[in-house]
Amino acid sequence: MSARDDILGAIRAGKPAMNAPAPAVPSYDESYPQERDGLAALFAERLTTMGGTWHAPTEGQNLDDALQEALADKLGKPFEDAVIASNVPEVAGNRTISENDDPTTVHDVDIAVLRATFGVAETGSVCFTEKELTVNAVAYLAQHLVVLLDPAEIVTNLHRAYQRDDFVNARYTVFHTGPSATADIEGVLVRGAQGVRSLTIIPTGGS
Amino acid sequence: MSTNQPDPAETIQSKTATREPQPRPAKAADGKRVDHARSAKQFLNAPEHAKSHDTRVWAMRTKRDKQAHTIEEWEELRELASQIKTHTLTNLDSYLEEFEANAKANGIHVHWARDGAEHNRIVHDIFDDHDVKSVIKSKSMLMEECGFRHYMDSVGIEIVETDLGERIQQLDGEDPSHIVVPPVHKMRSDVASLFAEKLGSDPDNDDAHYLAGAQRDATRPLILEADAGMTGANFAVAETGGFVVCTNEGNADLSANVPNLHVASIGIEKLVPKAEDLGVFIRLLSRSALGSPITQYTSHFRAPKQGGEMHIVLVDNGRSKRLGMKQFWSSLKCIRCGACMNTCPVYRRSGGLSYGATYAGPLGLILNPSFDAHRYSNLPFASTLNGSCTNVCPVKINIHEQIFGWRQVLAEEGHLPWTKKTALTAAGKVLASPKGYRAAIKTTNSALKHLPRWALYNRMNAWGEGREMPSPPDNGTFHDWYKRNRLNGQAKTTTAGDGK
Repeated sequence: MSARDDILGAIRAGKPAMNAPAPAVPSYDESYPQERDGLAALFAERLTTMGGTWHAPTEGQNLDDALQEALADKLGKPFEDAVIASNVPEVAGNRTISENDDPTTVHDVDIAVLRATFGVAETGSVCFTEKELTVNAVAYLAQHLVVLLDPAEIVTNLHRAYQRDDFVNARYTVFHTGPSATADIEGVLVRGAQGVRSLTIIPTGGS
Repeated sequence: MSTNQPDPAETIQSKTATREPQPRPAKAADGKRVDHARSAKQFLNAPEHAKSHDTRVWAMRTKRDKQAHTIEEWEELRELASQIKTHTLTNLDSYLEEFEANAKANGIHVHWARDGAEHNRIVHDIFDDHDVKSVIKSKSMLMEECGFRHYMDSVGIEIVETDLGERIQQLDGEDPSHIVVPPVHKMRSDVASLFAEKLGSDPDNDDAHYLAGAQRDATRPLILEADAGMTGANFAVAETGGFVVCTNEGNADLSANVPNLHVASIGIEKLVPKAEDLGVFIRLLSRSALGSPITQYTSHFRAPKQGGEMHIVLVDNGRSKRLGMKQFWSSLKCIRCGACMNTCPVYRRSGGLSYGATYAGPLGLILNPSFDAHRYSNLPFASTLNGSCTNVCPVKINIHEQIFGWRQVLAEEGHLPWTKKTALTAAGKVLASPKGYRAAIKTTNSALKHLPRWALYNRMNAWGEGREMPSPPDNGTFHDWYKRNRLNGQAKTTTAGDGK
């Protein structure tokens, strides 16, 4: 007998004989803000507690300037020297990546700029699939991540998030909630464990 | 070097930090019974470490409470999670088949392993086929169960743990002591000396930021050079054929996304029917574990990346057997959050390594005996049965009742050590006879009052090690009081303190 048949056979022979239907799961989001600004404010608040930065561009400011303003003092080197890989048309960047790149080649990136498919107010999370990432690894090998998020694309909570079809269709779907973090050494919180050192969200509508 | 690394001159903390040597409880030899009490005592002999451990673990419990209280529907979520797991486990065969079919349709290779040894062989074969020499791996309790790293050591394939905590434990040659925070028993001074020896960092700088940075810098080249990546899974979704991995460091995403080959080891109990079910579990998981609303990264793998290859090994390793155990099957609902460990007074004060097993704390008490009843027969006694574990469990496993249940099973199957067996048999006889009980209480109370300490606190009195015996009441036993005040005819009216 194959391991598969052995295991399935043992389960069939031993599983508890009871009729336990799957429960219906409510969305639990009646108490969330209904209007866009309220939801965005809640998102920004939760993002901040998870170590992310909400950086709204000032009136008329272009995204390149907003990016520089948000990242300049985080880089540890002059902004002009930063390797910026942008996957969005709004930001030019100076390093091109394409989906056939070997993932190990993107480790030189200082700042990766991506657009999120949507955000989750409950946790301050942003969602990407392989389509936004191009090379999945860039979102982890880059030193810093800058994310454009359309405030119209913020859902209330995780129940709503999982009602979307990304998880059924994409090869890879990921929530990022703040930057990479660890508290494995004496409970001291360190941002920038193995992945990105910072995560900045710039709210801006889709292009 | 790291860019935003703190200036060591400003952050150096070694002058005030403890230099107490790290306690290293003895591990039971193969085939021998784990002596939790003795190992716990070895841990407690390092008071700075014991205090730090207790404080940090309790801090996680406190943060968990705070998070839980922000969610109005928290108790409903726990109930839903429990029901979804009951539904899945009672239909596990068909959900596994559905999962397998969908995963295969997505282009994933699916393997099945009856036990740890078979799992290790399967992964070894995959690695051989791809000429894999070095592997980056994220934390997986299942792979700990399988002794995976030791196996790979023996066949000369290098495994690099990418979770900081797990890497610390790997470099130190120690097992993880906590399922979420593997080195929670270590102080930063321990990590500083370890990294100085293994990574060449400054032995006098024990700042956590500096140490984490040193490990990041040391591990990054290994990540870029690895031939394959391995992850576990927190959940597997039958409907999509995909699986979910939750980390705070993003290290599972590095392990899965940098090399072309990704192998995921998944316990068969990790199944949930639908993607929508994840809403319930993801909302509960990190809130229960660390008291954060969600892990920094929640990653859903459904198909290999473009040009990549993905394998899943579905592992039984005793799970199907446990599913058939009437008293214990619901322990398969466990989502490995560690909340029961953080709340347990015994775990907090004994350290995870004292359990000498893959799983420490309350969940360890109910999981380990199903792997090896004799070796872990002491563990179900490492509990006060206070029920706190059950109260914090996000999937509502009746943990403390199962701990008690295991005590019965292990006693019936003859796995208890001689001292425990003899003491309990004597106690059973005494408790079964009212006269004998009364006589014993009288003798004990008199003994407690009059015997010198050396006669009371010795090897025969395990309870008295580290505890004071209760002082006997001055006015005799409850039975004496009852005889005086209630037994003959009408109840006498007494006021409080009358009996003095």
